[in-house]
Amino acid sequence: MGELHAKNIGEYLEEQRRKETLRFITCGSVDDGKSTLIGRLLYESKCIFDDQLKALESDSKRYGTTGEKIDFALLVDGLEAEREQGITIDVAYRFFATDRRRYIVADTPGHEQYTRNMATGASTAQLAILLIDARKGILPQTRRHHRIVTMMGIRHIVLAVNKMDLVNHDEAVYRKIEADYREFAKDAHLATLQPIPLAAVHGDNVMKASGNMPWYQGPTLFEHLDTIDVSHKATREAFRLPIQWVNRPNLNYRGFCGRIAEGKVRPGDKVRILPSGRTTTVKSIDFFEQELAEAEEGASITLTLNEEVDVSRGDLIVAADSPPEVADQFQVRILWMAEEAMVPGRSYWLKMHTKEVTATVMEIKYREDVNTGAHLAAKVLQLNEIAVATLSTTHPVVFEPYTTNRALGGFILIDKLTCATVGAGMVEFALRRASNVHWQALEVNRQQRALIKHQTPRCVWFTGLSGSGKSTVANLLEKRLHAEGRHTYLLDGDNVRHGLNRDLGFTEADRVENLRRVAEVAKLMVDAGLIVLVSFISPFKAERRAARELFGEGEFLEIHVSTPIEECEKRDVKGLYAKARRGELKNFTGIDSPYEAPEHAELTIDTSKQSPEECALAVLRLVEGK
Amino acid sequence: MNHYQQLEAEAIEIMREAVAGARKPVMMYSIGKDSSVMLHLARKAFYPAPPPFPLLHVDTTWKFQAMYAHRKRMVEESGMELLVHTNPEGLKAGVNPFTHGSSYHTDVMKTQALRQALDHHGFDVVFGGARRDEEKSRAKERIFSFRSAGHRWDPKAQRPELWNLYNTRTRPDETIRVFPLSNWTELDIWQYLHVEKIPIVPLYFAAERPVVKRGGMWIMVDDHRMPLEPGEKPEMRMVRFRTLGCYPLTAAIESPATTMEEIIAETFNTVSSERQGRLIDSDTPGSMEKKKQEGYF
Repeated sequence: MGELHAKNIGEYLEEQRRKETLRFITCGSVDDGKSTLIGRLLYESKCIFDDQLKALESDSKRYGTTGEKIDFALLVDGLEAEREQGITIDVAYRFFATDRRRYIVADTPGHEQYTRNMATGASTAQLAILLIDARKGILPQTRRHHRIVTMMGIRHIVLAVNKMDLVNHDEAVYRKIEADYREFAKDAHLATLQPIPLAAVHGDNVMKASGNMPWYQGPTLFEHLDTIDVSHKATREAFRLPIQWVNRPNLNYRGFCGRIAEGKVRPGDKVRILPSGRTTTVKSIDFFEQELAEAEEGASITLTLNEEVDVSRGDLIVAADSPPEVADQFQVRILWMAEEAMVPGRSYWLKMHTKEVTATVMEIKYREDVNTGAHLAAKVLQLNEIAVATLSTTHPVVFEPYTTNRALGGFILIDKLTCATVGAGMVEFALRRASNVHWQALEVNRQQRALIKHQTPRCVWFTGLSGSGKSTVANLLEKRLHAEGRHTYLLDGDNVRHGLNRDLGFTEADRVENLRRVAEVAKLMVDAGLIVLVSFISPFKAERRAARELFGEGEFLEIHVSTPIEECEKRDVKGLYAKARRGELKNFTGIDSPYEAPEHAELTIDTSKQSPEECALAVLRLVEGK
Repeated sequence: MNHYQQLEAEAIEIMREAVAGARKPVMMYSIGKDSSVMLHLARKAFYPAPPPFPLLHVDTTWKFQAMYAHRKRMVEESGMELLVHTNPEGLKAGVNPFTHGSSYHTDVMKTQALRQALDHHGFDVVFGGARRDEEKSRAKERIFSFRSAGHRWDPKAQRPELWNLYNTRTRPDETIRVFPLSNWTELDIWQYLHVEKIPIVPLYFAAERPVVKRGGMWIMVDDHRMPLEPGEKPEMRMVRFRTLGCYPLTAAIESPATTMEEIIAETFNTVSSERQGRLIDSDTPGSMEKKKQEGYF
């Protein structure tokens, strides 16, 4: 790169603007000269500053393994602990540029215990350099690296046969390694495979063609990286926008923010909201102070829509005519990244694009030996192990197979307690399609609300004298229902009189109004899908009938607790009968106010003849329709 | 999409993702060029709404005068809330880079002060402008970097970060530092400032300024608090700054670059990295890594 002058800046910026970025990962171990190769790439592309070079010289003397010569590996081994141990234990990202391209290199360790680090580095890379020590040839390590990077979706491989200087630049050695690898990788569906013989420590075939290996006619490493076409050329370009954030600065603006995962969008395009399935059209594509005529894959934008539809974080806005799938059960490939093993049946948070749901691994189909690819049986998955498994989520998730779209098929698993990222996964396909959910938007009605609770909503209305045992039976019933996973609520004098009906006394008018409100509340709760238990004396037929009429056929179950007044008065748990008899309590049902017994109660129970438990069981059978 | 659009789109995606998962986010605002880029990106990410978080400036009281002026201007322009925190104990004790040395000053007035401010406000997500190309230990930092209670950074306990799937969940006491500019280089920052016409502190442009040479570096005499050593006499030199911090700890470079174009040209042709002007990085080997473990940004 030549000297730049301020007057050429426009030209230079234009040149920069046209530059593409290539992200790649280097796979190998320190012994293969990986750090040396990266250091060499930085050095050859003049991305090492003078002061860094000076620091490198002093570091080389202190920690170096190359005697008095510059140890390029030290340039990239960042953390102090690593420098001392002489190994790279994490993922580091390096930046350099040539006249043609800008590069982001993920530098990851190569040992088996760092499989997760390599997968992390590979997840954002478009190309992988597999580094091989020419003296050793293809090792189990090479196969492992190949397996990890292809699993993560990398389709462009450079086979860097390094340390050619230590095998006398022998072409036969190189050809053998190339042939071995081609044989091994023949099923990997690679888009490109470029073998290059190197001596990174001397720079042979890194930037300049090596005079030591005239038999090699192919590109140098830089020539290859600068020119390779890694554009993924999807067969179909369908618009996909995962929603990250709903922007509502005021009542007149509702913008849906996200980064386009695939395809293009223009104002007027017909789009579908998933998983709801609603369709509408794009009103505008907003980007800061401008409106765009078009936005493409990779752009972070804000969309506004022509109709008011419900869109939240985790939803997708997609091309209306080619929506992705929605499912809640998948076959997936999982790489486990935590010390604590993955156990099927345990629930984790799953994050896919912008959606977070609870997920459970149902079954490990098999574990894959990362070195040989052999399928092995496994009950649990340990750190750095890879498995094919089935997984279910609590809510439907919009997805695409990982091989179709990395952004919509890759997910992470998060431990619910430690909040650590414990697994990485790739969706292969859906086991059960939630197709009925995504084609037509369903109105959320009482049926939907009830369905999601797996129950039939009911209003169970207990009527009877004070002390007849209504509340005792209702309480027992609620416990039973709850134990069976039913969603219930108990309305009685205690929780209604103190709040909602605090303004009401015990005159007849107030008692009527009291019951009217209770019946209306019960109706709302049944509408919400609950099984509502109402426990009130409710002495008058008219009020009970009015309540019944609020509900649909079969929803209202009247339970007459017919315990005789003598027994009730004998119990007198609250001392109310005594008070009433002394005339201190007016309008007390059964004493100076009538109780109108039901004629068509769905069930009559008498707690003086049966135990409260037996009574509750009888009501339970009625509620469950048995 | 070209390179800058990609970097911009990525940074916006990161900011939106962080805010979506945050309880109480804040953006560190150091007044420097990276902060200027970050602030600009934040405004883009949430437009037409204002960014849904305040700015936090940890003020050592030793910043350049021009930085305070710029801070005032940017707060007015963005309409965002600015929180300023100075370590009250440090202020009372009169901690300064001259008598206490750069490393103690930085620890008390920056690292401890930052921890105080974060604890006081209870922020759980903190945006920072650090880039991976700045320093070796930064190259391994995640975009979402987790800090345990006490804001300590444990390089070995970082969460794997795959694809663009950022895990924003935290345990109580855990906080996240989020670095939207992770994948930017110094040159990217300059070019973006240029293309987007983002205002920056004038100190980045060369001008005649009073400086003295210390330890082979040009230090600007920004106010009367700077004690001069015997025989030291400020001289006017054409200098500018590649990075801005506390003025006694930030070295100027001699440069004729008075326009953005000239700065970009100079940056492109330069042979030393920008953190060279930061005296604190080279105190001891692995010094940035140690500061980060203590909670330095």
